[in-house]
Amino acid sequence: MPKVKVDGIEVEVPQGATVLQACEVAGKEIPRFCYHERLSIAGNCRMCLVEMEKSPKPVASCAMPVADGQVIYTNTEMVKKARQGVMEFLLINHPLDCPICDQGGECDLQDQSMKYGVDKSRYELNKRSVKEKYMGPLIKTVMTRCIHCTRCIRFAEEIAGVPEIGAINRGENMEITTYLEKTLDSELSANVIDLCPVGALTSKPYAFEARPWELTKTESIDVMDAVGSNIRVDTKGWEVKRILPRINDEINEEWISDKSRYACDGLLKNRLDTPFIKVNGKLQACSWVDAFKFISDNTKGFTGDKVFGAVGDLVDVETMYMFKKFFKDVLSSDNIDFRSKNYFIDPSHKANYLFNTSIARLEEADLVVLVGTNPRLEATILNTRIRKAYLARKTKVYSIGDVGDLTYPHENVGSSFSAIGDILAKNGKIYNSLKSAKKPVFIIGESGLSANGEYVLETIKKILKDNNFLNNDWNGLNILHQNASSVGAIYLNLLKSNFLDKLNDDTSKVVYLLGADEIKVKPVNKFIIYQGTHGGINSKIADVILPGAAYTEKQGLYVNTEGRVQDANKASFPPGDAKEDWKILRALSDVFKKTIDINSHLILRENLFKEYPIFKEVDELPKSEIDSLTFKNVTPVNGNIKIADFDFYFSNIIAASSKTMDECKKAKQILQKTGTDN
Amino acid sequence: MSGKHVAKDQPTAFEFNEVNLKRIQEILKKYPPERKKSAVMPLLDLAQRQHDNWIPNAAIKKIGEILEVPYIKVYEVATFYTMYNLAPVGKYFVQVCTTSPCMIRGSGKIVNLCKKHISEKEGKLSDDQKASWIEVECLGACVSAPMMQINDDFYEDLTEETATKIFEGIKSDKLPKHGSQKGRVGFEPNKRLTLVKN
Repeated sequence: MPKVKVDGIEVEVPQGATVLQACEVAGKEIPRFCYHERLSIAGNCRMCLVEMEKSPKPVASCAMPVADGQVIYTNTEMVKKARQGVMEFLLINHPLDCPICDQGGECDLQDQSMKYGVDKSRYELNKRSVKEKYMGPLIKTVMTRCIHCTRCIRFAEEIAGVPEIGAINRGENMEITTYLEKTLDSELSANVIDLCPVGALTSKPYAFEARPWELTKTESIDVMDAVGSNIRVDTKGWEVKRILPRINDEINEEWISDKSRYACDGLLKNRLDTPFIKVNGKLQACSWVDAFKFISDNTKGFTGDKVFGAVGDLVDVETMYMFKKFFKDVLSSDNIDFRSKNYFIDPSHKANYLFNTSIARLEEADLVVLVGTNPRLEATILNTRIRKAYLARKTKVYSIGDVGDLTYPHENVGSSFSAIGDILAKNGKIYNSLKSAKKPVFIIGESGLSANGEYVLETIKKILKDNNFLNNDWNGLNILHQNASSVGAIYLNLLKSNFLDKLNDDTSKVVYLLGADEIKVKPVNKFIIYQGTHGGINSKIADVILPGAAYTEKQGLYVNTEGRVQDANKASFPPGDAKEDWKILRALSDVFKKTIDINSHLILRENLFKEYPIFKEVDELPKSEIDSLTFKNVTPVNGNIKIADFDFYFSNIIAASSKTMDECKKAKQILQKTGTDN
Repeated sequence: MSGKHVAKDQPTAFEFNEVNLKRIQEILKKYPPERKKSAVMPLLDLAQRQHDNWIPNAAIKKIGEILEVPYIKVYEVATFYTMYNLAPVGKYFVQVCTTSPCMIRGSGKIVNLCKKHISEKEGKLSDDQKASWIEVECLGACVSAPMMQINDDFYEDLTEETATKIFEGIKSDKLPKHGSQKGRVGFEPNKRLTLVKN
């Protein structure tokens, strides 16, 4: 490994590292605009100039590879002057509109011109102005502010896989634009807002909402999908103003999907802020006491198999635990399920329902087989890892079931179940690729498990076992869940066979919907309790509505599709009379005179950890216990895997309530209708 | 100066003709298959020649499809280079050199003739949509200044009379022979060979 001296400090960096990285190892801060760790190197902003011994000119440290024996200076007069010069050039055409710029306060250009720039300009000519560009409903552009770092271009091309941004014209006339000014056709598009070091690309829904120093920042976990992206929730008072990604290399690196980022305005709309009861077929606002009394009056005598509990897609582990406890202790029932549509889950072993390869190691894959899943929509962040693998080693991707564009090339091998059987029988294209693969990955989606799920799961397990890809070094078996609550619910064993069928027949008398918005309930001869955050189809048919807290309004654990437990913090509080969900269940148990003796969130967690120690290991990947995995023989089946339609922008009640998501959906529809041909 | 002028009225479709499709195959042979995007510039040139001296967006898209590169990448190249026209310039695209040597030799008069015979404004199509003119920087024919370029051809040693003849030729589609309009062949000195004698 080459050794370099930076300002007298000797550091050793890996071969192929850049001078800038070496300087960082030495603890020296190098200003930069175009350089970004996760993007390719452009070297066009020139801000990272440093002095290198034996070089007559300052060198751009971001693009200069280290060589053994280099001597670098970052604090000489030459470097200072070079930086000042670059800064002056960058500011020539940059408007002085910081007071009305949304980037103000968190602007790289602002900060670095304070630290490295000069205090006045010598430029006397007119500044250029550039027309705004349309980049869709999320990205507000003020292109006059652009300093042409090209980070957005590189992001769109490399990470998002939608090479639609480019730099047109040249020299002073250079402009960043999308091809014919179209909406960016990506579920990750808003990440360019974070990447933009100036105020050229800012957030349209957040425009002029708040200044960064007014916001309270809370670290939390995203619940829009089962990936569990790490987020930061910025609040001003009660209102969630914006959501930004937090860096977590194991999961989301530093990206989040547009839904994670912008569904938050759905938290302000359509909220349930007071209990309701249905009187003469009409929902009426009422007090908590009345609502509880109404419940206890109408559910008398119904226990065991007559009560049904449906858990929704955004529910945290503590609430589910409390729900389970409530059903067991108060209603003497274990009739709870988290699935809003039928698909097969084998809870007997963790490996049967987790994303075992782990999201980070997906990058190492040299063969990806998607079985009934569209990761681009179901787990956008995870999809970027597959793309990364593709970019690194041209990973071959096969899909069983038609999925459309995935941002990387893939081959569709039909949607028949026999495509899986063929691999087992050592036939076909996939088997040929599997033979030479060292780290193959099979990703089974919920659609892949919905019909003949057991056959799909067991066959793929057997394929992996036969080819020795199911061991402690490499586990290629992956289930991709769609909902943030799914794995937590399986850990708590909230599964019941034939739940959905029985729910809508005569045996069900009481249905308790815990944030369950997707599940279809026929409101005949049933008493329906809806506990949740937003008004939707299921709250309309309910006899009682209990207003709960959304994911930003309570502390809670979420388990992502890898089985990783993560702690989401409370950033805001529930609106109006709404309460945290576990408290509602606690109070309700009182009304039934079967008090659950849990009086604080701390005690709730203690109980949870005692009963289910698996939740104790926050942020850790669950241990692989692959040796104890059992296998079953299954008989081949006929038919096709049908990938269920997935409405990315409306996939849960918060997103469906969001105005921004609605705009995104409309923009997407226009884009699909017109394409690039107008 | 602002960025490149892109036509508002765009044709909806563009197809290379038979001859050019064959030429494209020839051009692509020059590059390794995995680097065929390198052919973007010759292809843009072909499109421009086929399509009355300008490249419509439909052609940019077509080239993107042929070379399997995103449209924006082709668009970037097309807007970067000044010799690609993204708006109609007419069948006869006149570029008058007005850099110092030509200026001294009277390129101003040629520009005035352009205004009279083609269009009042630089870069605007003539009334019969046949031609347009622009001022350009040095075209490298200072020895025969003043000069102008019409499409691929240089017209040199211009005077007001010869230039007028050329502009009239544009109107009747009968251009005089290109090259020196004074009959010089090797751009020898006007009167006598001085260098060798001295």
